[in-house]
Amino acid sequence: MTAVHEPLDGDVEAQIGQWRGYVQRHRAISGNDVEELEGHLRDQIGDLGRSGLSGDEAFLVSVKRLGRLDVVSREFAREHSDRLWKQLVLAGSGEAATGGTRRELGVVLGLAVGAGLAIKLPALVGLTLADDPGFYARNLALFVLPLLAAYFAWKRGMPIRRATLMLAPPFAVAAVLANVYPFATEGATEVLTAIHLPVVLWMVMGLAYVGGEWRSHPRRMDFIRFTGEWAVYYVLLALGGGLLSGLTIAGFALLGTDAAEFVGTWVLPCGAMGAVLVAAWLVEAKQAVVENIAPVLTKVFTPLTALMLLALLVATLAGGDVVQVERELLILVDLILVLVLGLLLYAISARDPDAPPSGFDWLQLLLVGSALAVDVLMLSAMAARIAEFGFSANKSAALGLNLVLLVNLAWSAWLSVGFLRQRVPLRALERWQTGYLPVYAAWAALVVIAFPPVFDFV
Amino acid sequence: MRIDKDLVAASATPLVLGILADGESYGYAILKRVNELSAGRMTWTDGMLYPLLHRLERSGYLQATWHEAPTSRRRKHYAITAAGLDALAERRRQWEVVSGALDRVWREATTVVTPPAPATAVGR
Repeated sequence: MTAVHEPLDGDVEAQIGQWRGYVQRHRAISGNDVEELEGHLRDQIGDLGRSGLSGDEAFLVSVKRLGRLDVVSREFAREHSDRLWKQLVLAGSGEAATGGTRRELGVVLGLAVGAGLAIKLPALVGLTLADDPGFYARNLALFVLPLLAAYFAWKRGMPIRRATLMLAPPFAVAAVLANVYPFATEGATEVLTAIHLPVVLWMVMGLAYVGGEWRSHPRRMDFIRFTGEWAVYYVLLALGGGLLSGLTIAGFALLGTDAAEFVGTWVLPCGAMGAVLVAAWLVEAKQAVVENIAPVLTKVFTPLTALMLLALLVATLAGGDVVQVERELLILVDLILVLVLGLLLYAISARDPDAPPSGFDWLQLLLVGSALAVDVLMLSAMAARIAEFGFSANKSAALGLNLVLLVNLAWSAWLSVGFLRQRVPLRALERWQTGYLPVYAAWAALVVIAFPPVFDFV
Repeated sequence: MRIDKDLVAASATPLVLGILADGESYGYAILKRVNELSAGRMTWTDGMLYPLLHRLERSGYLQATWHEAPTSRRRKHYAITAAGLDALAERRRQWEVVSGALDRVWREATTVVTPPAPATAVGR
């Protein structure tokens, strides 16, 4: 690709090579762009050479005409902000950044310790996990997500007043609802609240993550990327933490001391809370160390999931009667749809928007299509039973989630077809997904706010 | 004469779309054409053309393909799409309003406004 297109003297070749190396260091300018710019440079040098300039002069003039590289690179970055995602940490690294990094680490560790203490606070005033597991289940997210939101509000430099007005009311309302509603012990609505409240609060935390720019679709996409990476890091930390805890317990057991009690009541809960913040910081700071992993998992599991769904579809069609397990089945179908949606989201988030449709896009359409088919088949098989037994809290929540996901996937499938026929730009698909984020938050909020009173808190 | 930077930025999109409406082309040739059309008076920072082309491509106004050049170096060619032609027509209507209004201002202005410099060698 760098073959000489007209003979330039060796000096100029060397200079172009140097220039290319310099351009390649700008992460916003991809390999193809460098080639395009280099082509331009060579054309210009050639033209100037023909009009009588020496090779050296022609090179200098041509480079000058291209413009200051950092300005051009910034313009590229504005157009291709996704490329910067992998490199955020490198911006400003080196010289003066270490002081800021160290300060940030201090803030994160402080907040992580705070989260660890927060989860132990109720126990210190006499309310332990054994006394009231429901209390902990409902409030779990409230112990840590406000701190995570505070970290991002600080990191993004949100004005204090704005951050407070935007973030404090939802957290306060959530805290009141989770603790004022008279839930029946271990009732369905309590479990539903414990599941849906973290989703709502994660989205509220997202407001801080995007620095309050919740209308911006690129920022929302960054939030989706962040969520996936955070989950991966959290699982990794949890695995490491679990292993370390096991080793600690085993080690002390050899010395005749039982450390299990201490590990169980202090290390695990505090560690689990603190890890939420540490994982978030890792995603922010260490993206360059590990490549974004969620898209890699997506590539691996998209074909496998498609295969699984097709098998399920064939089994359903081949006369497998939907047995009476209806609530479990509903939840199962919901989980399948969530998985498919996740695969779709992370495939989009990591896709080069300029690349033409490929085989993988077809595979993805197959995945979404078969998920939709399985969903429709199972729902229609269950429809009679659902009507017969009426709507319990669990069934309503499962059905509602199903509907929310079904609408998203159906329209995604429609857009994918358009994209594959090159009628719809990939951006439309991206915007549909980022635009849909508030729907999840709204649905989860509805379950938290309205379901308990509607179903009498049982 | 140096054209104001904002004015260059504002006219860049219709200019590029208009040039490509005549047939597909690549970055360096587009800039040469801009030079010809303005008799060298519109100076662009060459590097800035490419982010603009990519933006237009992403908006669906242009379609890009890599051509293998006979000299074995690839070139990225841009062609205007139907949506691009629509956008160009729309831009043109807007510019006609603007330039019409400016025309009237020049004609009706009471203080003396320097007349436009005589057109020199537009095109080659």
